[in-house]
Amino acid sequence: MSDSDKLKDAVGRYEAGVEKSLAKFPERKAEFVTGSGAPVKRLYTPLDLEGRDYLADQGFPGEYPFTRGVQNTMYRGRFWTMRQYAGFSNAEESNKRYKFLLEQGTTGLSIAFDLPTQIGYDSDHPLSQGEVGKVGVAIDSLADMEILFDGIPLDKVSTSMTINAPASVLLAMYIAVAEKQGVSPDKLNGTIQNDILKEYVARGTYIFPPGPSMRLITNIFEYCSKEVPNWNTISISGYHIREAGSTASQEVAFTLADGIAYVEAAVKAGLDVDDFAPRLSFFFNAHNDLFEEVAKYRAARRVWARIMRERFGAKNPKSWMLRFHTQTGGSTLTAQQPDNNIVRVAIQTLAAVLGGTQSLHTNSKDEALALPTEDSVRIALRTQQIVAYESGVAETVDPLAGSYYVESLTNRVEAEALAYLARIDELGGAIKAIEQGYIQQEIQDSAYRYQMDVEKGERVVVGLNKFQIKEKAPEGLLRVDPSVGERQCEKLKALRAKRDNAKVQASLAALKTAAEGDANLMPPILEAVRAYATLGEICDVMRGVFGEYKPSVMF
Amino acid sequence: MDRKIRVLVAKPGLDGHDRGAKVIARALRDDGMEVIYTGLRQTPEQIVQAAIQEDVDVVALSILSGAHNHLFPRVTELLKEKGAEDVLVIGGGVIPEADYGFLMSKGIAAVFGPGTPTKATIDFIREHVRQK
Amino acid sequence: MRALRGRGGRAHLIGVTGPPGSGKSTLCDKLIAALRKRGARVGVLAVDPSSPFTGGAILGDRLRMQSHATDEGVFIRSLASRGRLGGLSRATQAAARALDAAGYDFVLIETVGVGQSEVDIVKIADTVVLVSVPGLGDDIQVIKAGVMEIGDVFVVNKADRDGADRVVRELRSMLEMAATLRRNAVPASVDTLAGRTSALSAGKSGAAGFGAAKPGAVSGPGMTAPRPAREWSAEELAHHLTENANSVTVANDAELPPILKTVAETGEGVEELVEAVLAHRAGLAAAGLLEARRLEGIRAEMRSLIAFRLLDALEGGEGRAREDALAKAVLAGEEDVYGAAEALFAALSKGGRT
Ligand SMILES: Nc1nc2c(ncn2[C@@H]2O[C@H](COP(=O)(O)OP(=O)(O)O)[C@@H](O)[C@H]2O)c(=O)[nH]1
Ligand SMILES: [Mg+2]
Repeated sequence: MSDSDKLKDAVGRYEAGVEKSLAKFPERKAEFVTGSGAPVKRLYTPLDLEGRDYLADQGFPGEYPFTRGVQNTMYRGRFWTMRQYAGFSNAEESNKRYKFLLEQGTTGLSIAFDLPTQIGYDSDHPLSQGEVGKVGVAIDSLADMEILFDGIPLDKVSTSMTINAPASVLLAMYIAVAEKQGVSPDKLNGTIQNDILKEYVARGTYIFPPGPSMRLITNIFEYCSKEVPNWNTISISGYHIREAGSTASQEVAFTLADGIAYVEAAVKAGLDVDDFAPRLSFFFNAHNDLFEEVAKYRAARRVWARIMRERFGAKNPKSWMLRFHTQTGGSTLTAQQPDNNIVRVAIQTLAAVLGGTQSLHTNSKDEALALPTEDSVRIALRTQQIVAYESGVAETVDPLAGSYYVESLTNRVEAEALAYLARIDELGGAIKAIEQGYIQQEIQDSAYRYQMDVEKGERVVVGLNKFQIKEKAPEGLLRVDPSVGERQCEKLKALRAKRDNAKVQASLAALKTAAEGDANLMPPILEAVRAYATLGEICDVMRGVFGEYKPSVMF
Repeated sequence: MDRKIRVLVAKPGLDGHDRGAKVIARALRDDGMEVIYTGLRQTPEQIVQAAIQEDVDVVALSILSGAHNHLFPRVTELLKEKGAEDVLVIGGGVIPEADYGFLMSKGIAAVFGPGTPTKATIDFIREHVRQK
Repeated sequence: MRALRGRGGRAHLIGVTGPPGSGKSTLCDKLIAALRKRGARVGVLAVDPSSPFTGGAILGDRLRMQSHATDEGVFIRSLASRGRLGGLSRATQAAARALDAAGYDFVLIETVGVGQSEVDIVKIADTVVLVSVPGLGDDIQVIKAGVMEIGDVFVVNKADRDGADRVVRELRSMLEMAATLRRNAVPASVDTLAGRTSALSAGKSGAAGFGAAKPGAVSGPGMTAPRPAREWSAEELAHHLTENANSVTVANDAELPPILKTVAETGEGVEELVEAVLAHRAGLAAAGLLEARRLEGIRAEMRSLIAFRLLDALEGGEGRAREDALAKAVLAGEEDVYGAAEALFAALSKGGRT
């Protein structure tokens, strides 16, 4: 009898024994599932990993296929970057906050923009009413950007900007501010999110249709590879896909499908894959099912490495590495008994760290209610520090490797993601799949299933559908000063009166001509920005040429 | 012919988080209602025109950007201006409880915060539309 | 409803139909803009199916046209098919009349071009725009649905995608065949392409003499007879025409309805589409056919109203009981289905419904 047969025998014996005792000692439920609804067996054994090859499938940290992590010593070298996303009402307020953070020893800024900025509307646009400065800082023109970075040396900081549809305009403003500081573009460090595809499926701050949007993105890839070589040109995001209700496997699949679309677009535009792929980065969510989440990150690394090497023929190992930022899951937080959210965030932090994240933002407990207060932001940061310094999970590399369960889950997420990727290829790629509403529909179905499971009580959310208490309305929530909008509009009016409007018009006309042709749009955008054309004016020119994206709904 | 309850589901403001709006749209449909879904970035003017043209019984607004105190009252005001104040207006999203009182004083019939079961919204609609 | 009668008849009704996802709503959005630019007031009726299980529906067409929501010259109304026989066209027709009476110059009616009830609604339109797209498979979708013959203007949307020209070519050859058939063998009483082709096949050649081809395929109100045996595939038609090439006079271009390529998303080709619709309307008017067509539409509407009324009567207690009894008799072999239907019809129309 071979070892494997002996093991099969033994496992059979165990299962038979359990079956017998079940009548007397039944299990809690008939079916056990992961946070994403995938079935979970009673017990995992070496049988579940049969046929897998350690060296090929897991290997070593820092080595292909990077299942165990992208660096060879991981957090023994240094901890992940603890990066908290922040942005406030207007440029003046945010500038004060960033300076404070820098004085505290931070070297990285993470900028949140308000919704009008993210959608390319000026603060005085009718749709901006009530939104200015609400979820981030309002930027209308280079003048605001100059204030935002006043006294902050741009060659000394790295700046991450959560900006997508108008990413080229904000990047141009950043470059222009640096110029005024005497800092040349090749000295700039930072990241723009620049991931339009997930905006269509999950986050909603799109402007233009897919064709021109992809052109803008490849224009940025190309421009930066020559002029701003240290800039991370994209952060391909699964975070929002998960927030919209996807499962863990869908998060991996749809994010990597978007990644494939960007790589294909850039290659088609004539770029060499190894010239831009090392600067692609990713952004994932962290939910509560600890093991499934860890498996998700591990599977994502393995699948991406193989795609880059086998499908795109990348030669540089840096092109194979999936480096990612993580944010804990906003949608897992409850408005009920908000203190419980601290515990959820702690579990999610563990998942991200055990999964080998490169940087992490932890949500604050009150985010299901409003923007976080300073106190709750501090607790969120402390959570990361406790995991880093006290839990011991960062002392060895990929500590969950070899767990029958975690390895099985990793294989399962990988298999499910590959099946989705094959389906999306059949549909003609991520863009086509999005245009047909396929990806949106899959996410929506998962979201609806989850909601119904919660309502039927099949899924317990503590404090929400079980263990509820009577609560008083929470107090001390953060409120944004409603007069920010008015002040921002006054600033705009003054700017329009003061600037050289003939120059603005000329630069916008030049941008229009360029947009109608097929030149790289970064140079004319930069010209318009320098002339103090507003974000809204620049985006309006492109709206005129490119049209606007209209989503299709399917239910 | 029995008239189905007609509901306009709209997202005023600029935030793109429509998970909740889509889940509720689907739940209302599965409960036998006719749902007109107008999607993201709707101005109060667009919402009210649509509500009138579609002859709906209910307008369900979802917002997560924090602009509710500005935008919700505009919707009820405009409905009144157009003589359609009998339309039931309800709201949902990330809305602090402290704002519920203000919104209700502006004619919002009910606010459903995060974590509200879809059943609660359905029941509320069925009860209050029938009363009319 | 009654109050509106007599005042209508001014609006031009444009049916827009085609498979789901072909871009009908997007096209309507652009048509609204183009017609508004010409100063016309535009009404839109957007029909989506209801769930057969719950009767509920999510009506999402408006989403694509919502930028016109605040334009006083545009009125958009979404309709659910209500999962009930006839309910859909009844509501659509009523709404179209109301928009007409309210002074809208054009009324766009968007329906999914699958299923008989959708085809029926679109028949009330003065001009029917049939939308197809590349990449839906090897056959042209509209042929499968059997709605080819109702198109007055053909649109191949998503012309930015590969394969649009192929769809245009396929449509063209289909339309040529249909026109050729019409020219060579049109029994006046059979008004569908399917009818024509089965008539043709019954007669063995393309020559005349098919008047005998089952006139009155629709036998009586409310009792729609089965449609002619089946519809021909493109291959069968092509085959038939080559077989009979000698006796066939090929249709010329002027007889073919226009085929236009559009990119609804950007609005490309929409001006041309408006021109084609207006030309179709002018053509109908010049030939004095607009009135005939509308009369035909009204006749069809009356027929369907009678049909619904009979069906309503059937649903009622008395009719239902009778129907049950007769059905049982047929099952037991005591009565044949034709006789039973005849008896039921007689009873219903005699008793009427008050
Ligand atoms: N590529 C392309 N996509 C289009 C075009 N017209 C519409 N679409 C897309 O096709 C999808 C379905 O459009 P919709 O108007 O809702 O189709 P409907 O179901 O026929 O009403 C949407 O994603 C549109 O953006 C076009 O001309 N080209
Ligand atoms: Mg449609």
